[in-house]
Amino acid sequence: MTMRFNDETFRDDYTFHNSPAAIRRFPFPFDQDSYMYSVNIEPHRRGAAGSVFQHRFDVDEHYVAEMRDREITLRDDPLRCQSLPHMELAGWDFLELVMVSKAEDYPELFELHRDGDRWHWINRPLGIEQRFIFLDATSLPCGPMEYITRQTQGDHALLDQREGNLWMDAGMVTSQADWSLDFDIGMNFFEWHAPVPKAHELGVFQRALKFLLSLQQGAPVRRLNWTMTVNPRLDTSPENYHKWGPEKRTLTAGNVGAKQYLRVELQTLWRMPRSNAVAFPIRCYLLALEDLVTVPKWGRRLHRVLRDLPDELAEYKGFAVNRPLIVDYLSRFDDCAPTSAGIFPDD
Amino acid sequence: MPGTEFSPSIASRPVYAGLVAQGAMPAIMLADAEGAGALIDLAARDPAVMERAHVIFIPAGTPHGARLRALGARIYHESPSYAACLERFRKALADAHMGTTLYLAGTEGLIGQATAEALAAGLPAGAIQSEHRGSIARRMQCVHCKGITEGVTTDPFTCSHCGLTLFVRDHYSRRLGAFQGVCVDAETPGVLPPVQEIRP
Repeated sequence: MTMRFNDETFRDDYTFHNSPAAIRRFPFPFDQDSYMYSVNIEPHRRGAAGSVFQHRFDVDEHYVAEMRDREITLRDDPLRCQSLPHMELAGWDFLELVMVSKAEDYPELFELHRDGDRWHWINRPLGIEQRFIFLDATSLPCGPMEYITRQTQGDHALLDQREGNLWMDAGMVTSQADWSLDFDIGMNFFEWHAPVPKAHELGVFQRALKFLLSLQQGAPVRRLNWTMTVNPRLDTSPENYHKWGPEKRTLTAGNVGAKQYLRVELQTLWRMPRSNAVAFPIRCYLLALEDLVTVPKWGRRLHRVLRDLPDELAEYKGFAVNRPLIVDYLSRFDDCAPTSAGIFPDD
Repeated sequence: MPGTEFSPSIASRPVYAGLVAQGAMPAIMLADAEGAGALIDLAARDPAVMERAHVIFIPAGTPHGARLRALGARIYHESPSYAACLERFRKALADAHMGTTLYLAGTEGLIGQATAEALAAGLPAGAIQSEHRGSIARRMQCVHCKGITEGVTTDPFTCSHCGLTLFVRDHYSRRLGAFQGVCVDAETPGVLPPVQEIRP
């Protein structure tokens, strides 16, 4: 096995850390020095070797620890994984998509052997070996969506398509930026985005939905979204807000570089063949500000973006109260030099 | 008296368009308290709407029962609470044929729960009509303990299950028939904003 997996935690003692290589490959979400909502969707094409876009489902050094954290969250609250009755076929579609992609993209880590509907899956990092019958839910220890998403980094929503809309009818959600699957399950595209400020008026959701309704098999798309999180916590759920909320107020000028993280979601969207549902993985990457500023372009740019962000967005993303501390810290890494276009480091 | 006018809100917040008579078609009508007025107005616009109607009314202390009964519905039933008539309502939904209209009138809590029930029973959304009348109290789900608190009229309010102090969001789940309540002092325990009456 070529990949090393970190032994780390995303709660309590927060031993999460990024290696120098993980810092360099972080999906920095700002391609210019300012930010506003847009329909920033592009084809999910294979990116450069080593980048988070190289493979269809990125597996990195945090894989094993993230799956361990998911297990803890699910033990506390099984409602983080739900699937309405009509979504089982979509679950099988998604299981197939992930198993085939991972086995092809990471042959040292994952193997899939198929003999008709008799499948044999090997997941080496998690030490799982499973023989099962494809489309027979009794042959797996749990439903197909739950089974595969316990082995796949990121949150995952499965969207049913009907009545000219997308309906969030199934999901595995344990690393969310403050939204509740249990509350939102069954909602359509406009309803579950309802709390987002400004974007409705900009027409962002109408255009995004129109685009996604015609998404084609074999042509997945992606976008990056972002927020700010104090401490490397995956479970920033509304369910547990009264437990992690106080941590947001522990930021000081002395610890902001280490405790404040830029949280980026790599969102991909996939049309699936049997159910015609859309799979919507939301993969979370965390990077401490003190690590982020080791890439000079990112330090400069993040300072400018956060300094100039409209108040409503800082409020919605939940860091308005900490913005002065964050901007003050980042200003030390902004020498006012121009920045190059695009998201990648300069050197 | 027309239906309640609500201030503009977010896309998940329900809107209650008002009842429009579908003539002498099969109908289930469910109303609580001031919702009776919406059914009385509906029948005044088109008396035929009552011919094949099954009316369930929850008076909740209001005196509207006698006027509603006098409209001559095929079946008229009074119930002391939504919980008490739930099985009857479910049976009516299960027995309903294609073309049945569901008319809901009264508080948001009643309309929300009955809508969720009807959708789960397979009634198409287009066959469900609603008109808000009376109290603007909200049915709230605590996002933390998942308990439902009925009849919330202030923001913030205390969760009747876990005791956390919750603020009232406009985000609404049709599946649950409830708005979302979120801990208001999560980041600064004990620091509470002043209590305000909810406005329409």
